[in-house]
Amino acid sequence: MTRDTARMGPLATAPGTPATAAALDIDALITDPTTHILVCCGSGGVGKTTTSAALALRAAELGRKVVVLTIDPARRLAQSMGIEQLDNTPRPVPGVDGSGSLDAMMLDMKSTFDEVVLAQAGPEKAKAILENPFYIALSSSFAGTQEYMAMEKLGQLHRDSQEQGTWDLIVVDTPPSRNALDFLDAPERLSSFLDGRFIRLLLAPAKGPARVMGAGFSLVVNALTKIIGAQVLTDLKMFVTAFDTLFGGFRQRAQQTYALLQHRGTAFLVVAAPEPDALREAAYFVERLTGDRMPLAGLVVNRASPMPTGDLSADAAMAAAEKLRAGQPGDVSELTAGLLRLHADRVRIVERERVLRSRFASAHPGVATAVVPALASDVHDLDGLRRVGQLLADQ
Amino acid sequence: MTPTTLLRTMDTASARTANLERVSKTDWPRVRLHVVTGKGGTGKSTVAAALALALASTGKRVLLCEVEGRQGIAQLFDVPPLPYEERRIAAGLPSPDGGQPGEVHALHIDAESAFLEYLSMYYKLGRAGKALDRFGVIEFATTIAPGVRDVLLTGKVFEAAKTQRRKGTSSKDRLGYDAIVLDAPPTGRITQFLNVNGELAGLAKVGPVKAQADTVMTLFRSPQTAVHLVTVLEEMPVQETADGIAELHAADLPVGGVIVNLVRPRDLDAEDLTAITDDTVDHAAIATELASAGVTPGAGLVSGLLAEARDHAERRALEDSQRALVNEMGTKVYELGRIAGGLDLGALYELAGSLREQGLA
Repeated sequence: MTRDTARMGPLATAPGTPATAAALDIDALITDPTTHILVCCGSGGVGKTTTSAALALRAAELGRKVVVLTIDPARRLAQSMGIEQLDNTPRPVPGVDGSGSLDAMMLDMKSTFDEVVLAQAGPEKAKAILENPFYIALSSSFAGTQEYMAMEKLGQLHRDSQEQGTWDLIVVDTPPSRNALDFLDAPERLSSFLDGRFIRLLLAPAKGPARVMGAGFSLVVNALTKIIGAQVLTDLKMFVTAFDTLFGGFRQRAQQTYALLQHRGTAFLVVAAPEPDALREAAYFVERLTGDRMPLAGLVVNRASPMPTGDLSADAAMAAAEKLRAGQPGDVSELTAGLLRLHADRVRIVERERVLRSRFASAHPGVATAVVPALASDVHDLDGLRRVGQLLADQ
Repeated sequence: MTPTTLLRTMDTASARTANLERVSKTDWPRVRLHVVTGKGGTGKSTVAAALALALASTGKRVLLCEVEGRQGIAQLFDVPPLPYEERRIAAGLPSPDGGQPGEVHALHIDAESAFLEYLSMYYKLGRAGKALDRFGVIEFATTIAPGVRDVLLTGKVFEAAKTQRRKGTSSKDRLGYDAIVLDAPPTGRITQFLNVNGELAGLAKVGPVKAQADTVMTLFRSPQTAVHLVTVLEEMPVQETADGIAELHAADLPVGGVIVNLVRPRDLDAEDLTAITDDTVDHAAIATELASAGVTPGAGLVSGLLAEARDHAERRALEDSQRALVNEMGTKVYELGRIAGGLDLGALYELAGSLREQGLA
């Protein structure tokens, strides 16, 4: 779907025939030698990190040479993969079966940023930048840096794998963004920021006569001084001036990464949970990815409730439970009523999830989907990841 | 108004609260600003909305703010997307005494509008303000400049909080709120978000922005504020909640309660669950009970129900182990049940009732 075509409404399928999405063939995707980058995106709390790690492990055990870039894994999952220390270097994951290999790393956004500065600027200039308060704030706390740096790291890993043949598949987990757009917009936003008038305004006094900026210039400087204070403006100006030489490089790489994401060798997987919010975010993602002509491989719905057994409806189960509770009290009737209530609950939840998925499928036909049942416990070892990988593949 | 006079306004406001403080059943009688955070997927927006409804008891006016541009409030209350403007969205949860319920108003705060408003309020910039916009300064400040975004968002919340409602004003007057509920960024970012002058530290050591951040921090660190954390009984969210509490304490921010959301139904007691897990229950007796309640126990129905219950027992055991961790966090704990049929406005009031009953509101 492109931006020009109308959005498919719920009427895209005839009423009464709930839409079902095609099954997503995970193994075909991860064993395809032309798949080089796999990006998992989606809102927070849907199991993106676990999905990325499970896919990476499965691909490795099916013979690929894989590196997985995780953003913020749960402590025990990170431990099991041997990446508890945040040193920004891919390390081999012990215990991987088969002919392939798996390296894992956890993104350290500050050192990734520092590395870029050190690689681009001379030692003296780099020092000035690394010590500037604006740089420190920008590289460590600013919401959005994580997105830039995940993309930067992806670019680096890709270049390494091209040059040295270390890996043939890079799996990327994405930061739990405030909203779906941050992640895709990061490279472009950085570019437009670097081209921004404000940056040119700040650079102007250092570069030439202020009048080139036009009549508004002194007005703006005065206003800024009033708001943020002269000292801050001076700090900011120093930062931007020192950073100026790096800008070109940053922009170029941001554009390269964006192009890399659009490339055929990349596949996006949108990860969601069967909840209205998560599926709404997933829908934004699917629309954005198609709009930006990014290669979308499919949707993964995690945490699906297990199917109820038998065909006893929720209403019938609830009615029977009421009847038991109204009758003779007794241990067995209490227990039976409890069993019926549980069953009714499960039927209702599964039904609601089915409706949610089917609406998504109606609005976004053609998005292949993999449904992964909720696990009873969190995943924190390779066996757990293998199970998730198997569940992803069994569609 | 300069930031210093702002601070004074707030001080008199807090003095007034102290005078008006009444005997109340709530666990948080002094709190006017309820900040609600939680890991993604735990339902923090739902809890924030339910809390707002619960706080809006007889004659009260409550403001529910969101700062993440998701329009989650509009979706929960089934109203059109909210503008950058306070808007009445629902009647509060009626009190048991049957009085007229209060009102819940909502405000969608975006950094860009907050910035423009801030400029016109404090600096009367006129042409220069427009020039700032033309030079891309506003875009820079709201999307790129470190920390500024959070200062703007929290600053607007502060604005809403500082106008205390006066005694005797009728609810028609658009003057102030009795309580403010902030649907805040997720647990991983909450301390950074609220600790605005920490973020600005080293950037703006002096100047109006710094003064503004200090004023806002005074409110956030005061007993008028409580940061509530929403979690579910799963390993990662519980761990993040514990980390979040530690970070809030370290930053001197007031930790409120922990709200455990989406708790599974507890129809079966521990004894039943053990019997089911060990499969020592009487299948035939259950079949008889089912038949007596009008359900024909077809082949496999009893064992099917028991299999579902075993699965449930496993999850309940995990919930219990996580609940034990939550209870050790040293905060008040509230629980909300999972709503099987999905959330609608009616369910939101149910959750609000449960929160009020437990004393969060």
